[in-house]
Amino acid sequence: MSGEYAVHIENLSVHYGQTPAIMGVCLDVSDGEYLGIIGPNGGGKSTLLKAILGLIPISSGNISIYGGNAHKNRSLVGYVPQFAVLNRKFPISLLEVVLTGHLKQGLSPFFRYSSKDEESVHALLERVGIESLANRQISELSGGEFQKMLIARALATNPKLLLLDEPTASVDAASRDQIYGLLAELNKNMTIILVTHDLLAVSSQVTRLACLNGQLVYHGEPELTEKVVNNLYSCPVDLIAHGVPHRVLRDHGEE
Amino acid sequence: MIKALFEYQFLQNAFLSGILASIVCGIIGVIIVEKKLVMMSGGIAHTSYGGIGLGYLMGFEPIIGAFLFSACAALGIGYIKRKGGTHSDVVIGLFWSLGMALGILFIFLMPGYPPDLSSYLFGSILSVTKADLYLMISLTVIIMFVIIALFNDWKAYLFDEEFATIRGIKTAFLEYLLLVLIAMTVVVLIRVVGIILVLALLTAPAAAAGMLTSNLKKRMIYSVILGMIFCISGLWISYVINIASGAAIVILSVICYFLIYMIRSIRRGLEQKKVATENERP
Ligand SMILES: Nc1ncnc2c1ncn2[C@@H]1O[C@H](COP(=O)(O)OP(=O)(O)OP(=O)(O)O)[C@@H](O)[C@H]1O
Ligand SMILES: [Mg+2]
Repeated sequence: MSGEYAVHIENLSVHYGQTPAIMGVCLDVSDGEYLGIIGPNGGGKSTLLKAILGLIPISSGNISIYGGNAHKNRSLVGYVPQFAVLNRKFPISLLEVVLTGHLKQGLSPFFRYSSKDEESVHALLERVGIESLANRQISELSGGEFQKMLIARALATNPKLLLLDEPTASVDAASRDQIYGLLAELNKNMTIILVTHDLLAVSSQVTRLACLNGQLVYHGEPELTEKVVNNLYSCPVDLIAHGVPHRVLRDHGEE
Repeated sequence: MIKALFEYQFLQNAFLSGILASIVCGIIGVIIVEKKLVMMSGGIAHTSYGGIGLGYLMGFEPIIGAFLFSACAALGIGYIKRKGGTHSDVVIGLFWSLGMALGILFIFLMPGYPPDLSSYLFGSILSVTKADLYLMISLTVIIMFVIIALFNDWKAYLFDEEFATIRGIKTAFLEYLLLVLIAMTVVVLIRVVGIILVLALLTAPAAAAGMLTSNLKKRMIYSVILGMIFCISGLWISYVINIASGAAIVILSVICYFLIYMIRSIRRGLEQKKVATENERP
């Protein structure tokens, strides 16, 4: 049944200590889809991605990836973490970071990257547009360049499903458009889940939208039914209070 | 001193143990500084005092006791940190003082005249024995082997633990392994600078090397070289003016760290000034 879904989430709840971060989330993402997830700060968006990746323990519910156990199949998933969590002063070059996408599972004593690995990484850097920075130390990269490096690293793992946590935060308009262009192209043969605060851009990008605030407040094909609008309004997102979701819904509803 | 070095066995031992100490604190120190494990290492080091006391009480080699206690502290702190629930600095503080307290208790329970523990607390590089040296050599070899063999895995783990986990790298294992390596490092350093001064040698060379290069491998190598300079010159100073070797090494390391820091700040200031004046010209 769930075999046709890239991600199948049933009644997922996650707690940090006693405090719930997400409660009773049900979400199916079909293969090839491009799902946008929006929601307020602390709405549990990053938590949801980490739960899918098995990085944090879940309190209840069920997650499967491509019909299989989420833990077993997580090698199919590429992950672009929220950028602020990483040590940007770490002594490592951009090329070395992207190469870690080619590390073998388990521990591999005396492992050296093959020249094939390096070639494919260079091709990837070309595609993401940071080839000229390959040998830069990451402490010398701008925020946007750093972000593109994380995308390249996720792609180096050759994923079927790509999870991105706010990849356009701290990125200028030109780079943002470039990243969205890249994602649209990747979507041709990759399922994408994109967490973002960038409602305007996401409205023209995704095939489906979910709004997460502890619970899934809105989720589904964006049809402009009264119920959906009401649901969306009950989602206490500051951004949404400014009328942006009208656009989101209209863009999709009237297609 | 060079002539004396050829003449006296104890000086040769001291020299060699200084070199070994520089190697381990260069390699592990860089990781500790990058991973912000300085206080964790302090906790591991101080807990070992309990093992030294136990060694004296039960009549076995105190340095073995030190290793047992610091390894247990490393694994214990790591386990509680991983399980969550408490802040790790609370746990570190508890282990830190518990280890010291146990050491005091064990020594107190010893019948007869209490031994002089200052060589363990403040180091005594001139009294390093052959047995100490063999232990130090084997631990250094193990540490170097583990770091070099898994270097690419370490690099991925240290930069982004989550990503490494997703890639199926055994990050929990690496974390415990790292803590045990820190415990081994502490044991190598106890004879040279002592429990209380371990932190300086773990951080000063690594932090100074951090100002010189931003490549992980080079940073480790620079840090080893700086450590050797600090240890050997500290040893020489202590020999010539007859002061405690551990103190000499630590004071020298910290002074050199601040010197490098100042030189770098001044150079940066000059560069900025230069850029500013160039920009002023039409
Ligand atoms: N490691 C943690 N320990 C305890 N609580 C946490 C932890 N991480 C997140 N939380 C809490 O869980 C809730 C959800 O956090 P999460 O990071 O998933 O939000 P988010 O939707 O990604 O927010 P943002 O838009 O700011 O990135 C928040 O209330 C947060 O305080
Ligand atoms: Mg987040």
